[in-house]
Amino acid sequence: MENTFNISLTVNGVAYQKEVDPRRLLSDFLRHDLGLTGTHVGCEHGVCGACTILLDGAAVRSCLIFAPQVHGREITTVEGLGTIDDLHPLQEAFREAHALQCGFCTPGILTSLIPYLEENPHPSEQEIREAISGNLCRCTGYQHIIDAVKIAAENMGSS
Amino acid sequence: MKPAPFKYFAPTSVAEVLELLAEYGYDAKILAGGQSLVPMMNFRLVQPEVIVDINNIPELAQIQPNGKSIRIGAMVRHRQAEKDPQIQELAPLIHETMPQIATVQIRNRGTIGGSLSHADSSAELVVVSTALKAEFKIRSQAGERVVPARDFFVGLLMTVMEPQELLVEISVPALPARSGWSLKEIARRPHDFALMGVAAVLTLDKKDRCQEARLVYLSAGDGPVAAPEAANMLQGEELSAELIAAAAQKASSDEIDPGGDIHATAEFRRHLANVLTRRALEEAYQRARKDQRS
Repeated sequence: MENTFNISLTVNGVAYQKEVDPRRLLSDFLRHDLGLTGTHVGCEHGVCGACTILLDGAAVRSCLIFAPQVHGREITTVEGLGTIDDLHPLQEAFREAHALQCGFCTPGILTSLIPYLEENPHPSEQEIREAISGNLCRCTGYQHIIDAVKIAAENMGSS
Repeated sequence: MKPAPFKYFAPTSVAEVLELLAEYGYDAKILAGGQSLVPMMNFRLVQPEVIVDINNIPELAQIQPNGKSIRIGAMVRHRQAEKDPQIQELAPLIHETMPQIATVQIRNRGTIGGSLSHADSSAELVVVSTALKAEFKIRSQAGERVVPARDFFVGLLMTVMEPQELLVEISVPALPARSGWSLKEIARRPHDFALMGVAAVLTLDKKDRCQEARLVYLSAGDGPVAAPEAANMLQGEELSAELIAAAAQKASSDEIDPGGDIHATAEFRRHLANVLTRRALEEAYQRARKDQRS
């Protein structure tokens, strides 16, 4: 490959160094090059929200970033939120409220909500609906997702 | 659905950017926030041979108040502008516009300069910068020029910029005392592209009569669409509900040119323009009357 770039970055606390083609989308880089398939790829044009990750703590679409652009940056994907045995309180709330059906949109919704709940620890139902308006769930399971966010906000606020 | 191959440059100074643009011209595309460009590349609607990434140039991401105006660097992200207290104070319409643009995930990446250079006629910033009479500072190796907003946008997704030019910042003048503003839009879903929208800016004299008014519409034509005749109807007058309704009627039936599509007919968009103009003028008028600055 000509015109490739050597990038180093941190993903979920682990340092990586890889050679990438500049047109490699960050979403594909995470999935194919790092094997982190928790980040899902839906529309690939920034609408569905399935590929949302945290870039230096901010929720962004990984399908709209080229891999060389994250050189030196810190990324958190859904794999970095919690483990099977030790779920993040937000994940725990999603399980409790049955807020996932097929699970395809879930990683993007979780990563979108982490910074949101930090900034807005006590959102109203209307605010929750707005906060997830950039994430499409085609199981039409929004009501349970909203219930889960309410539970999470309560639990996270008291911890 | 992946972008076609391209040559990638990530310069760290404006001078390097201008050098690359001078060399590659039409073959090069500037990558700012990438929230419009990358979707188009993913669809292969555009296949630039060269990408000049300007995300590593801190001098383009500054916000500088300058007495009676505020300078906003082209790489200032929407989210940064949304939270900036100086923009809130000196350009409150821009502050209020930010949360209405796309979703927070997009605003975390999208930039002021990128949105304006893309010149989408449904983009809030295109309309708001026109209503606020912002000035655009454009640079190339040949030098620098400053273009007022009304001359910057020249048509569908088109600006006056040449391929070797870079938008480096915009300058937004603070509104005079006794001014009010409003941005009203309607979208099918929160944060979706607006079917119709209007930015209203007006200034009152000491007797609460309208000294100056500006109305600019989004999704109403190939670029930002101003309604000078409707604005002129308000000049020198007290803004009664009847006068506001007459101006809204004028603008929505005679001065805008919305298209129809699967989301809304042209007729429905004119109806929305009529209603939104009334709401925007009423809000701007109330704000102007409460404006205590001297």
